Amino acid sequence: MKQIVPLFKREFLGYFRSPIAYVFLIVFLVVSAGLTFYLGRFFESRVASLETFFNLQPWIYTFFIAAVGMRLWSEERRSGTWELLLTLPIRTWEAVLGKFLAGWAFIALGIALTFPLLLTVAYLGNPDWGPLWTGYMGSMLMAGSFLAVCSFTSAITKNQVISFVISVVINLGLVFLGWSVFTELMSFLPLSWVDGLSNFSYTTHFVSFTRGLIVFKDLIFFLSLTFFSLLLTVIVLEH
Amino acid sequence: MIEVKSLYKKYGSIDAVNGISFKVNRGEILGFLGPNGAGKSTTMKMITGFVRPSSGTILVEGQDVQEHPVGIKEKIGYLPENGPVYGEMTVQEFLRFIAEIRGFRDPMEKEEKIDRVCDLCRLNSVRHQSIETLSKGFKQRVGFAQAVLHDPPVLIMDEPTDGLDPNQKKEVRKIIKAMAQDKAIILSTHILEEVGALCSRVIIIAKGALIADESPESLLERNRRFNALRIQVDGVDNKTVRNALRDLPEVSAVTLNDNYFEIFPKNKRAIEALVLKTLRDNNWLITHFEKAPVGLDEVFWELTA
Ligand SMILES: Nc1ncnc2c1ncn2[C@@H]1O[C@H](COP(=O)(O)OP(=O)(O)O)[C@@H](O)[C@H]1O
Ligand SMILES: [Mg+2]
Repeated sequence: MKQIVPLFKREFLGYFRSPIAYVFLIVFLVVSAGLTFYLGRFFESRVASLETFFNLQPWIYTFFIAAVGMRLWSEERRSGTWELLLTLPIRTWEAVLGKFLAGWAFIALGIALTFPLLLTVAYLGNPDWGPLWTGYMGSMLMAGSFLAVCSFTSAITKNQVISFVISVVINLGLVFLGWSVFTELMSFLPLSWVDGLSNFSYTTHFVSFTRGLIVFKDLIFFLSLTFFSLLLTVIVLEH
Repeated sequence: MIEVKSLYKKYGSIDAVNGISFKVNRGEILGFLGPNGAGKSTTMKMITGFVRPSSGTILVEGQDVQEHPVGIKEKIGYLPENGPVYGEMTVQEFLRFIAEIRGFRDPMEKEEKIDRVCDLCRLNSVRHQSIETLSKGFKQRVGFAQAVLHDPPVLIMDEPTDGLDPNQKKEVRKIIKAMAQDKAIILSTHILEEVGALCSRVIIIAKGALIADESPESLLERNRRFNALRIQVDGVDNKTVRNALRDLPEVSAVTLNDNYFEIFPKNKRAIEALVLKTLRDNNWLITHFEKAPVGLDEVFWELTA
């Protein structure tokens, strides 16, 4: 377990060794805030909530987190450094977890930097803080699941672009399943099937968080998706 | 120290390693020799625990690699092929990271370890430079530094001098020799001169199988020309000389190439004295007399062809 600390440190600081990290963060913030203001007609509606912001997050995460996560293992495989890392006295799962946690911390930083939105809401009216906090918490959990999927897709290829594309496809699929447009499209299927499918969706499990509810089932969904994706990463790396 | 017993690795239908067994003791530098694709890297990757064998056992200091993966990795220093390193880090950052993962958390101890390998591998002048900006020779030395930072009893290096210029090669060999005592070292190479210059024992593998395991000297003895002589004499016709030499009891064959006689001994025994005496007794004028040059090249080609 102790070996996770230096790995986490190296990985987290690693994001800031290249200017790409700053570009990622800025693009993430601009897109999140921009779409929230634009689509949510934030000022016109003068509603003191971040519903639009939260609704957009699964879509934004699909691309933003894929961009952050594509290099997790692909880059190590391409440059051969994974051979170095995995022959140091660290267990594979510790390496997988250390890298994942560092990526998650980086994304958490991005999410934390959206705090001006909170200030805006506070300025606009008298917000109900409960759903805002649980929304942010759900958002963090969901980001973890997105990233864990990326960890898996980056472990299967040394090509970052392929890793990016596959993770976008998987994550987008998991967003789609719970999207209202999709469930309506599928309305020719028995309702129980549609419900069953949407149970595998980020959106379905995220929505309670944005309404101020922490539902056990939703917690379990995100945690188990994260866990299994990381487990798959370990299995792939140990081939 | 290192004991490998009937090791196999299959990649689909490819037998990358096909039943290899050997031992390496402390103080030995074992050279792994073989053409490209012979299975050198795969064997090393299995010893370091990076690749799982299809079957067979590997013991490092008596411990099974599969049963104690982390414990074994603490004892091994490994320089993978092409010396991969995190290029975006500086030499110092990289070595600190390695030291921390290797369990040296105490700042004093950590810096001490790093100072030691920077001295050993002559890295002091580039400590604060990011690794990707270094020359190939320096990069390789960073790879060494990382491999020996914890002063491991077992050191495994995959083509450590590959891609270096002759001076860098010499430098790197010096470093390897400097840390050889008290360690069991395996290094792979396809450069034959390196084996003579560095190794106390040689293993030749081809197509995944072990075909020789001996000292470089005894490998040389396998050369067809081992202890053969090359001579030239003046003032007599070739036929007379050839017949006289061929009749000697210790000589198996005499050939004539470009005006040089090549005299092959029976059982590869030394025959200088005998031949010299014969030439002198006949009062022939010796214009050239030498042992035929022998290299590992011919042996290597014969064995791996
Ligand atoms: N990851 C792999 N997947 C499939 N085949 C491999 C893999 N690694 C090595 N091989 C094959 O195994 C054989 C031995 O390779 P290697 O151990 O790298 O040889 P060497 O290091 O002696 O040049 C080669 O035929 C190579 O193509
Ligand atoms: Mg090789």
